[in-house]
Amino acid sequence: MYFGLSEEQKSLEENISKFLSDNAPLDTIKAVANGEEEKAEEIHKGIIELGLSGIMVPESYGGLELNMLFATVVSSALGSGTAPVPYIGAYVMAPLAISLAGDEDQKNEWLPKIAGGEKVIGVGLSEFVGAREDAGIEFDKGKVTGRSLFLIDGKNADAYLLANKSGELFLIDASSKGIKVTELVTVDKTRTSVELTLDKVDATLLPGTSDLSVIEKVLDAGRLMLSADTVGASQVMLDKAVAYSLERKQFGRLIGSFQAVKHMCAEMAAELEPCHSMIWHAAHSQDSSAEDARLMACQTKAHVSEVGKQVSKTATEVHGGMGFTDELGLHYWFKRIGLNRQLLGSPELIREEAGKLQGFDQ
Amino acid sequence: MDLEYGPEYDEFRSEVINFIKENEDVKVSGPMRDESRINWQQKLIDHGYFARSVPKEYGGYGGDMDIIKLRIIAEEFAKSPIPKAMGGQGIQMLVPTLLSLGTEEQKQQYIRPTLRGEMIWCQGYSEPNSGSDLASLQTKGELDGDEWVINGQKIWTSTAQLAQMCFILVRTEPDAPKHQGISYLLMPMDSEGIDRRPIKQMTGDSDFNELFLTDVRIPAENIVGKRGEGWQVANATLGHERGSLADPNVTQNRLNSLIDLMKTETIDGQRVIDKPIFRDRLLAIQGRLMAQQSNALRILSSQINEGQDATLAKFIVKLQGTELRHELEGLAIDAMGELGTLYEDSPHLRDHGAWQQTYMYYLGLIIGGGTNQIQKNIISERALGMPKEPKVQGA
Repeated sequence: MYFGLSEEQKSLEENISKFLSDNAPLDTIKAVANGEEEKAEEIHKGIIELGLSGIMVPESYGGLELNMLFATVVSSALGSGTAPVPYIGAYVMAPLAISLAGDEDQKNEWLPKIAGGEKVIGVGLSEFVGAREDAGIEFDKGKVTGRSLFLIDGKNADAYLLANKSGELFLIDASSKGIKVTELVTVDKTRTSVELTLDKVDATLLPGTSDLSVIEKVLDAGRLMLSADTVGASQVMLDKAVAYSLERKQFGRLIGSFQAVKHMCAEMAAELEPCHSMIWHAAHSQDSSAEDARLMACQTKAHVSEVGKQVSKTATEVHGGMGFTDELGLHYWFKRIGLNRQLLGSPELIREEAGKLQGFDQ
Repeated sequence: MDLEYGPEYDEFRSEVINFIKENEDVKVSGPMRDESRINWQQKLIDHGYFARSVPKEYGGYGGDMDIIKLRIIAEEFAKSPIPKAMGGQGIQMLVPTLLSLGTEEQKQQYIRPTLRGEMIWCQGYSEPNSGSDLASLQTKGELDGDEWVINGQKIWTSTAQLAQMCFILVRTEPDAPKHQGISYLLMPMDSEGIDRRPIKQMTGDSDFNELFLTDVRIPAENIVGKRGEGWQVANATLGHERGSLADPNVTQNRLNSLIDLMKTETIDGQRVIDKPIFRDRLLAIQGRLMAQQSNALRILSSQINEGQDATLAKFIVKLQGTELRHELEGLAIDAMGELGTLYEDSPHLRDHGAWQQTYMYYLGLIIGGGTNQIQKNIISERALGMPKEPKVQGA
């Protein structure tokens, strides 16, 4: 029995952290947030060189064929560094969906290019999870019409993977006729989001998505990745709060020696520490197709989002006025955690689902 | 990541299951030290389901210290209504202390009857003016010939009305700094000069006592460790107490009962669990519990895999576990509404009043065993490396 990360997983995490601290320091993040997209593209190239685009692609299609625990480690490391790169949609959810439910042509067309970092697929499942603004798409005779909101990794994507209300998944080439892309500006400038308006656009169905099992797996994976991103980002916020409290002096002493501040930090640590174990456990449940894998994915996303909200608020407070400034830049982590919380279902929405999974409504 | 215990443990698990099945009709009753309790306790020791790693010569089973086997025993016993092994402060705190720091005579004399449940111990630590700041305790111990003479007052002494023995902290070196002036003594409770007064709690029970000690004389050899080393001796056992509070596997059983309750209780004919806000509160508690269960697996793993660090994971267990349990019991009361306030033997009472009783009891545990504010000091200082509060002069 061993509950934890392997040496290989730990060294992957270290490699990503090192790459990001060398190549995506706060000044670079700020530049990206202020519109210097080419800097984000450089970082994106770097993570492709690290192999991150291929972790969920089977070896037979040129990928590394790693598991969800590896993917979780990566997502947590990217969250720590507020990495302005596509990952959760493009390199986890899309290849997982195509591997599980694509036909041979779709796999051959997309998987090797995903692994090689040549193609990015944006993923839009929000209509399946809970449609806002009357969004929704209809598939009829090979054509898709409608609107899809909050595509993950959808900006500048080469293709889109979209779900309809009944959980079928479709692939659309971004160069097809009839697509209008509108950028959605969220608080989190380290990642992008788009809205698609579709008018009879050519689409291919992933044939394996006639029942819900595939979209559920893709959704579980996406929720786990968002949870891991939040855990990584929250840990950095806590670490920064503790470090600041050991530098800043008031009333002639370090603010970290005041119980008011110590208890804020202890509360953050007490909530956050189990979340590391929780995301590993949820990943392992998905990897071993455990009976509770779906419930764990839901509860992990809901719980980690609550903890992330608390940590991001409290860590900002520990920094006092500085925490509120753009100069310190703590808000990049705060906003990243804020976006993760809402994507693919907010805690209340997901807990409702967790209740149904356990038959509480019967 | 590997959550399998391995085939060699499957066999052990079926042995435990068989034992439980063969003994599922066993009933123990009556007060502490009743023969039925002692016989059952001895049977558990004989099979290695209790006192497993305590050497045979001191009355234990004499088995290997195999954490996974202990885990399996705990898991299977928790699933069954079969009587559990007796606990208490003698078993949980004194025995581990004597095993590591006691003299050979002390081990021979005290461990066996304590394990068997024949000898009950109480803990004489807290004093009216020394609670969270335990090391400031003032009860005096003076050596007079071959006897310690003890004078002072202790409080929050659990089971003192039943105990034959007390492990007590007293100040024997009044001129030494406060942490270096304390000794750890073993005091027979039938000594002259001990006055016990029960403290009635908010639950209505009296689990605790005050002890008034006037010229209590005990033999000089009744000391564990050296003079002035009592603080270190006591700290070795406080760790044992904190680890035993708020096990998430026990909380899981309570959550299952809460789910049943919310499916049975109705408001205007609608099940409580079908009310969205109640259901959301239930699920939020389940999410917190799942996080704590994952945390517990990491701690278990760190105990069997050398080099795996789980320091912070361990420090937070008491704080998180007691708060969650209090919250869980409180939700059950809210789910019952006015019915949730019923107590003692009122009509319409649910589950013998256990939800209210446990709700209040866990408030006691949030305070006891090192208050949760003290836990936050420990987490921030020992795990996060934050400084101690500056000392106030004269304290």
